[in-house]
Amino acid sequence: MAVELTVNGRKRSVDTDPAKPLLWVLREDLDMVGTKFGCGAGLCGACTVHVDGAPARACQTAIGEVAGSAITTIEGAAASPAGQRIAAAWVAQDVPQCGYCQAGQIMSALALLNQTPKPTDADIDAAMAGNLCRCSTYVRIRSAIKAAAGVVA
Amino acid sequence: MSDQALLSRRRFISASLLAGGGLLFDLNVPLAQAADAPPVILTAFIRILPDNRVIIGAKNAEVGQGAKTMLPMLIAEELDVDWSQVTIEQTHADQAVFGGQTAGGSRTTPREWVPTRRAGAAARAMLVAAAAAQWKVPAETLKTGAGKVTDPASGRSITYAALAQAAAKLPAPDPATLTLKDPAAFRIIGRSIGGVDTPAIVAGKPLYSIDFKLPGMLYAVLETCPAFGGTLKSANLDEVRAQPGVRHVLTLKGDGQAESLYDGVAILSESWWSANKAREALKAEWDDSAVRGFSTDGYDRQAATRRGGKADADIVRTGDVDAAFAGAAKVVKADYSYPFIAHATLEPQNCTALFKDGAIEIWAPSQNPENGRALVAKALNLPPEKIRINLMRIGGGFGRRLMNDYMVQVAAIAAQVPGTPVKLLFTRQDDIRRDFYRPAAWHGFRAAIGKDGALTAFHDHFITFGRDGKPVRSAELSATELPAGLIPNILLEQSLLETNMPTGWLRAPGSNAIAFVTQAFLDEVAEAAGKDLPTLMLELFATPHELPRGNNAPPFVTARAKGVIEKVCAMANWQGRKALPKGQGKGFAFYYSHMGYFAEVVEVALADGMPQVKTVWVAGDVGSQIINPINALHQAQGSVIEGLGQALAGQKITQVAGAVEQANFDTHPLQRIPDTPAIHVEFVKTDYPPTGMGEPALPPVIPALVNALHAATGKRIRTLPIVPEMFTA
Repeated sequence: MAVELTVNGRKRSVDTDPAKPLLWVLREDLDMVGTKFGCGAGLCGACTVHVDGAPARACQTAIGEVAGSAITTIEGAAASPAGQRIAAAWVAQDVPQCGYCQAGQIMSALALLNQTPKPTDADIDAAMAGNLCRCSTYVRIRSAIKAAAGVVA
Repeated sequence: MSDQALLSRRRFISASLLAGGGLLFDLNVPLAQAADAPPVILTAFIRILPDNRVIIGAKNAEVGQGAKTMLPMLIAEELDVDWSQVTIEQTHADQAVFGGQTAGGSRTTPREWVPTRRAGAAARAMLVAAAAAQWKVPAETLKTGAGKVTDPASGRSITYAALAQAAAKLPAPDPATLTLKDPAAFRIIGRSIGGVDTPAIVAGKPLYSIDFKLPGMLYAVLETCPAFGGTLKSANLDEVRAQPGVRHVLTLKGDGQAESLYDGVAILSESWWSANKAREALKAEWDDSAVRGFSTDGYDRQAATRRGGKADADIVRTGDVDAAFAGAAKVVKADYSYPFIAHATLEPQNCTALFKDGAIEIWAPSQNPENGRALVAKALNLPPEKIRINLMRIGGGFGRRLMNDYMVQVAAIAAQVPGTPVKLLFTRQDDIRRDFYRPAAWHGFRAAIGKDGALTAFHDHFITFGRDGKPVRSAELSATELPAGLIPNILLEQSLLETNMPTGWLRAPGSNAIAFVTQAFLDEVAEAAGKDLPTLMLELFATPHELPRGNNAPPFVTARAKGVIEKVCAMANWQGRKALPKGQGKGFAFYYSHMGYFAEVVEVALADGMPQVKTVWVAGDVGSQIINPINALHQAQGSVIEGLGQALAGQKITQVAGAVEQANFDTHPLQRIPDTPAIHVEFVKTDYPPTGMGEPALPPVIPALVNALHAATGKRIRTLPIVPEMFTA
């Protein structure tokens, strides 16, 4: 079955099983491997993307459910001013260690700033609690979000 | 110079021209510190491009520990180039060319500190010699900087790029003649430099092993017996072959070893998702009769029986332990234990291989590639030189990727489909159920306190896992475990239980658990002796000692331990801790591991019945120089949070009928961002060679936490993980 969707502003058509998760469509059919596989169960957040502006776990999102939707992935995150500020803060503070979770972290952070441009500590904890970082870069995820938002760390 | 000496020099340093005008220095420098050990050889590739950019090869796998940035920093410093000129490339795996490439044990820094800088200095010396020859001036009069040689007498200068061809034709310098920079002149070492791949990570570029693709590649999933070591009896292979997208269904004949290959069924498809979906149709019958008997309940029962009885063997016995206990003013006894836990790297285990014309090329996320080469050679009956291993960026190591099971598995699969590249990828469930676990253990402690309040005897009956009279991997207790060497009467003894659980090295192996039990028990001893733990430890370290550690490791220096204990107590206002409100507490611990001295203080309170860590103070001594301060800080922060997670997140791997029960992050949780405390890290600089930061900050945080919980609640935590019931009982 052919599914039409928009990925990072570009119209794409994918001929696949409608049950195939968006994560694997991105990684296998569209060759966009920035979105990561971590748990396959919506528990780690490594596969976070935006579906029509809202954060979603791509491993739990069947491609058939998002036909016609606009998807934003890590490859397109820096297209927006908030995405650029986040990317700059992530580099300036050298947030990643192994870096594997960071695509998901950045997509969750971007969704937060799109919704709440000046987040409090509690807002950050609530928005980011679904994203695991095995290296525990949480200290810098917090401070980089604050830097990107222009709030005092 | 004799032919033999010349040959040996050539082995150490050779220089050859690369096509395209670049200069390749192939520098093999012996490990300076280990004069009596066989030479450990390092090679660093330095290529100088016509535009004076320098490409530096990074030889160790990057798992998030920062080696891919740090090793080239050492070379660039002594080569005397600007960091902005440097491009870093990951090398492939070949210890004959590059020397040791194992990324583990926090050993990269101590192993490479001298030889890798010498690799840079040797290249610099050749470039200077080339300039001296061109200008007909003595080399000693010339200076370098920013990738140029300058002649202060005449004001002339020339780029490394312009000298590269001439330099490559010169004889290589004797490493012993090289003078390394005075640390006061460092311009790159000691500067905070972000990870070389950070911008690409942030942009979502393909960097990791899981991202690597080859044309025509098939994806594989692998089913093995849920109980470790079970063998394949039968499977409905044809039914699975009929599933959508499936290209091959293969059986693997294992050797019964977790580190190489268990029996399995591999399903190959053009899509990993469809391969894994087809797995739902697989019905495999396994013979697990030899391993069904192993279970967590069984281990607990055996440990309870063994605990009061006679141990299997002594690890170390000094002085007269019985007399010391008989004459003690006070005896403190306590039993401690901890569970198996998994590594749970966020990138699940995976590996890619292409078998063709009797040779195999592998793209591996391995911390220990030469071990993988040996295992693949054996499994496929291939000569090692027919195996090429490329190193991919790794989505978390923590010791899991010191094992190479995924490499052998994908090689065994690829060998059955010659000419077709194959990527094997574990599900998260596979990853948690096929780990090499941090082993569980039980400790029965006794300590004797003399009339003067001093610790006079220490006894640990360590119940661990082993076979043939030896602990299994990472299940050992060292004969030098403190307070051994510091008090006269020591008895460390062990008893071994059998298991089929594969065990392995988890970040700060051994230490991550031993620190918990020894420092928590010594906190009990200190309390019984009417003092606090820092005071007890400072008493033990009062006399300057250098305790030998063997295996070419430097001795344990009591003065360094004292230094970090005093430092952290000042940082954390330890003396003022009694002023904390009721229900809050501070706890202290000290631990030495991986050549690093770390003292930590945790401040904790109970919130909704569970501990909430507010602040952690860390004082560490890893020698004279912090090579990359930003990375050292990040390693300490990550170690602290990981340690707190081992205690607080609910991590406990349990076994029923030979198989692991947990399968994903719901049943084997990690710390999440709301659990993150404030972490203050300071380093005590001492006049010793720099050592690694990947691990030593982790072990003390767990005992510091449980000691803080005792201060806050009066409860002693003697087993992990910490659960709310521990505070309501």
